[in-house]
Amino acid sequence: METRVIGKSVPRKEGREKVTGRARYVDDLSFPGMLHGVTVRSPAARGRIRAVHFEGDIPWHEFTVVTAKDIPGKNCIALLIEDQPCLAAEFVSHPEEAVVLLAHHDKYLLEEARRSVRIEIEPLPGLFSIEDSLAQKEIIWGQDNIFKSFYVEKGDVDSAWARAEFVVEGTYETGAQEQLYIEPQGMIAQVNGAEGVTVWGSLQCPHYVHKALMILFGLPRERIRVVQAETGGGFGGKEEYPSMIAAHAALLARKSGRPVKIIYDRAEDMVATTKRHPSRTRHVTAVSRDGKLLAMDIDFTVDGGAYETLSPVVLSRGTIHAAGPYACANVRIRSRAVATNAPPHGAFRGFGAPQSVFALERHLDRVAEAVGIAPEELRRRNFIREGQTLAVGQVVKEKVDMNALLGRAFELSGYHAKRKQFAAENSDARGAIKKGIGFASFLHGAGFTGSGEEYLASEVAMEAMADGSVHILAGSTEMGQGTNTIFAQIAAEALRLDCEQIRIVQPDTAHVPNSGPTVASRTAMIVGKLVETAATKLLKTLRDSGFLREGYSAEDFSRACGEYITAHRELKSFVKYEHPRDLHWDDQKYSGDAYGAYAWAVYVAEVSVDMRTAEVRVNDFVAVQEVGRVINPVLAAGQIEGGVAQGIGFALYENVVWQEGRMVNAQMTNYVMPTSVDLPAIRVCFEEIPYGRGPAGAKGIGELPLDGTAPAIANAIAHATGVDVRAIPVTAETLLEMLEAVHA
Amino acid sequence: MPERARKIRVSCVLNGSASSFEAHPMARLLDVLREDLKLTGTKEGCGEGECGACSIEMDGVLVNSCLVPALQAQGAKIRTIEGVAIGESLHAVQQAFIAHGGAQCGICTPGMILAALNLLARHPEPDDAQIREGLSGNLCRCTGYMKIFESVVAAVRRAETGA
Amino acid sequence: MRAYLPAYEMETPQDLAAALERLAAESGVWKPFAGGTDLMVLLEAGKLPHKKFLNIWNLEELRGIEVRTEHVTLGALTTYAEVQRNETLAREFPLLCRAAAATGSVATQNRGTLGGNIANASPAADSPPVLVVYDAEIEIVSAGGARWVHYASFHTEYKKMNLHAGELIRRIRLTRKHAGWKQYFRKVGTRRAQAISKICFAAAARMEAGRIADVRIAVGSVAPIVLHAVRVEESLRGQRPGDAVLQAAQDALSAEITPVDDMRSTARYRRQVARNLLGEFLEVLAG
Ligand SMILES: Cc1cc2nc3c(=O)[nH]c(=O)nc-3n(C[C@@H](O)[C@@H](O)[C@H](O)COP(=O)(O)OP(=O)(O)OC[C@H]3O[C@@H](n4cnc5c(N)ncnc54)[C@H](O)[C@@H]3O)c2cc1C
Ligand code: FES
Ligand code: FES
Repeated sequence: METRVIGKSVPRKEGREKVTGRARYVDDLSFPGMLHGVTVRSPAARGRIRAVHFEGDIPWHEFTVVTAKDIPGKNCIALLIEDQPCLAAEFVSHPEEAVVLLAHHDKYLLEEARRSVRIEIEPLPGLFSIEDSLAQKEIIWGQDNIFKSFYVEKGDVDSAWARAEFVVEGTYETGAQEQLYIEPQGMIAQVNGAEGVTVWGSLQCPHYVHKALMILFGLPRERIRVVQAETGGGFGGKEEYPSMIAAHAALLARKSGRPVKIIYDRAEDMVATTKRHPSRTRHVTAVSRDGKLLAMDIDFTVDGGAYETLSPVVLSRGTIHAAGPYACANVRIRSRAVATNAPPHGAFRGFGAPQSVFALERHLDRVAEAVGIAPEELRRRNFIREGQTLAVGQVVKEKVDMNALLGRAFELSGYHAKRKQFAAENSDARGAIKKGIGFASFLHGAGFTGSGEEYLASEVAMEAMADGSVHILAGSTEMGQGTNTIFAQIAAEALRLDCEQIRIVQPDTAHVPNSGPTVASRTAMIVGKLVETAATKLLKTLRDSGFLREGYSAEDFSRACGEYITAHRELKSFVKYEHPRDLHWDDQKYSGDAYGAYAWAVYVAEVSVDMRTAEVRVNDFVAVQEVGRVINPVLAAGQIEGGVAQGIGFALYENVVWQEGRMVNAQMTNYVMPTSVDLPAIRVCFEEIPYGRGPAGAKGIGELPLDGTAPAIANAIAHATGVDVRAIPVTAETLLEMLEAVHA
Repeated sequence: MPERARKIRVSCVLNGSASSFEAHPMARLLDVLREDLKLTGTKEGCGEGECGACSIEMDGVLVNSCLVPALQAQGAKIRTIEGVAIGESLHAVQQAFIAHGGAQCGICTPGMILAALNLLARHPEPDDAQIREGLSGNLCRCTGYMKIFESVVAAVRRAETGA
Repeated sequence: MRAYLPAYEMETPQDLAAALERLAAESGVWKPFAGGTDLMVLLEAGKLPHKKFLNIWNLEELRGIEVRTEHVTLGALTTYAEVQRNETLAREFPLLCRAAAATGSVATQNRGTLGGNIANASPAADSPPVLVVYDAEIEIVSAGGARWVHYASFHTEYKKMNLHAGELIRRIRLTRKHAGWKQYFRKVGTRRAQAISKICFAAAARMEAGRIADVRIAVGSVAPIVLHAVRVEESLRGQRPGDAVLQAAQDALSAEITPVDDMRSTARYRRQVARNLLGEFLEVLAG
């Protein structure tokens, strides 16, 4: 298909502002009379608040002090349910839970004041592990500590054990991971009688914040306004937590009558905000003599922290992805999200899937070993094909060729030759460096799960101006992943214009419709499609009016817009998501068409392990994926590379050290993400099979790279050392212990 | 009420022009730039010298402005991201970052560009290892660095061809 | 920024004499401030108890690398970047250059100083093991005069050292006697750049006819202060590198070190890796 701008690496829309330092992030904004706000947090993990003491040599009368009593509406951060308080009133359920808010114009004095508030707590015993929560050592949430559970069943698992030649079992764990966007979280709020509540901030989902503030303040929709400032990375970390900071800033603003800015420093951001859910997965797999998967019995648990927040949704995605891109007649997946007394875990790129995919892909290497075939051979014998059914009962209707992806990834990485070469070299027992190569094959569903998109019913509007510029109004946010640019490309393509003629209106709930949250790899595919449709509608209006002829130029288009607007006052289009009729989902049985489309991928990692220090280095990384039509190759490759880098961190470096529910290594020095010298060349390859329902054929890609990176690395480490990796991160400390065990 | 020390007056050359400000002697140069001088292009990512988002050039060398006390800026020649482009005309490195995807969310970008410029001043034709080394104090969570390396290489190529 | 900034004072003395006078006049009140890469991090975290600082960054008397026939002398304000640019150091004291290159990254190397690294007295610092191996001497000055001390005995216990209120580290002297020594340095950090050491191993030996005639070994992050592994050295002197010798040396090392678990690593890891790196050093000597 001939395209104008789709498939071209047009430069990032807001690139100029970003490279000149002119882009305005929340901490770059300032309002006259603005105060600074801080949060005073719980020193204990669980307990009853006895008293709050305001001590020290502090002019307390100068401060605005907010506690739960100052909340005009409901004391909660409304999300799926309303269990999480905005400010703890009687009880605290995790360390660093917000209890008191302070505002003052002098931010240095404010810190001194924060240190001088003493929250007295009568401690209660807490739960700090999945095991303790499941064992119900205490009941800390609901009746049974369980936020949500799912049961997925396909075929009859129990009938398969008897037929199996091999039954392979294993338990796998993944740790918490900090999103570590480089811009810490922050918000500015203003509250006045005339306009109600307005907040500006670093955020992914303006309408989540909007809803939370409505309920907190008990105000109608139109009295709350949420504006996204330029956002310095999110990765899920700015999906739900910004509602909390917005609420705090707004309460202080209401009480003080002044604008209030709350900016977290890195330490506060790390200890208080969400992280990727720690997980534990148990697999029991029945395999035939020739390596066919006869049954997969999967038990998947995630640690949700103290409140429900998004845990049910994270669990859902993790559950659906737990059986991977394989055709297996009998699958059972039991899963649950449990409560512990840690700050709530939350959204992080991949959203549960990186956890369950790690377990599966590591497990399948072990299954292959048990069967006595190569790991790729096991995958090949079980890869799903068009027309076959996934674990949740979804019949794959897309063209999918996992074998081809595997072949391409192996060719690019030199997999077979290296596998042999390394095995030979590693057999020298005295060698200080062992090398290994491993891979993972996986899929990732784009968009909200099941009927999620139907409920969201996202909207997009478009307006052409008299000068011919076209404005896109959507609630989707740009946080680095390229929303602005690809929306412009999609609209430009549909309108046959250049991208420069398209403007993206700043997400502001007062002006843009609700396009749903900017999460779940849904922006390009779902919202992008709405943009495309809105553009097509706009063009049709213009065409039908007779102002625009066939084969028009940009000037013709502009002139036609001008003429149309003179005649009709305005030129707008509006579209709302319509769920494809042939996609069905049963929430009760948890089966059906979980996602409109999947991205498919095979990632190969090559590592070397220094046997003296157990340090692992990733030497090469090949990421091959089929993601439909690629709208912007540079941006798309950038998404994959960045995701792989985060995956390498997840696999090797990023270790949250917990002490009674509190992160104790909450500094960038001690929570280490990869630097420029820690990463290999990341080689990205796209296979493109246009997807009929995506804009110009595109599917979602944002989360995909988080799924396969860690297991590919873990499999490579196993290949290099013979160590049976069961948990990530594989720190040098844990690997050294495992190496000692192998060689003992 | 905690005791309050006096502020001091500091004069320096900022992005080519004489500048002066009043600050507490141990105020972070980062805060002075952002709050007092309204140059918000320099970013704070950590405040502990780890992330490089606050990188600036001081007397020709790269420093983390979150770790420089205001007093030590006395008499210094300082360059921030605001001093990189000449009017509306972008520096080759800035252009390359736009063309090659070197900036995603953009929060690391000002510091990264200063680090890249400083690297190129020391190694006009850096090899891969020198690029990685030169940027290793500037963390980027979005890009995985590959497009940043490409941007630096492309800027060098532009400089060579005079394009 | 968590500190209460108005409580902090800093002044710039004109020269070394003025600085020392100031330090002497109000004993213990003023503390030196060099590149600030340690102090500012504490300030930011609201964990800097001291309130008055003397800015020594501009003191010419504490700057510069001087090469003489017998010695190389480095001013206390010598930065890691300056260390790496010096050709004599690169040739004769390569471990110091490697430690400097392994410290933080570009920006830290431009501001962090050797004097600050020494006085900050972190057991995880990277230049101390090297300075012990080279048997550095440091000159300590005060209004009352100057004294030279052997660096190997400078640190006494965790964060305690032979440096009193009113004193400054002025310079560091290295004796040019290591030409021809086999030298080894390895930092095992949390990652490859911008990393704090989990263990830092520095060693050098003079070989004579396949035997270890003289040897110096020092290890960081395995004890409350940088560890000068004297017993390991004793066990190696006069020996030919080999399996039995290694075994004895490793046992001596295990007995000498007292690593702990912290949020960056474990005692077990540090213990084992220290042994392994000693093995690597002996391979270098044998090779
Ligand atoms: C991001 C980052 C990464 C780092 N990485 C490493 C690393 O990898 N390895 C490593 O070893 N270190 C590392 N450091 C710490 C290192 O930079 C410091 O230890 C540095 O060398 C201290 O020098 P300074 O001049 O900055 O000291 P300052 O912060 O100015 O002072 C430190 C201490 O020394 C005292 N002091 C300074 N100069 C003198 C003097 N002449 N006489 C007496 N006392 C004095 C001060 O009073 C203070 O107590 C890192 C720091 C940062 C911020
Ligand atoms: S803010 Fe200065 S290095 Fe991160
Ligand atoms: S572009 Fe977002 S941190 Fe680098």
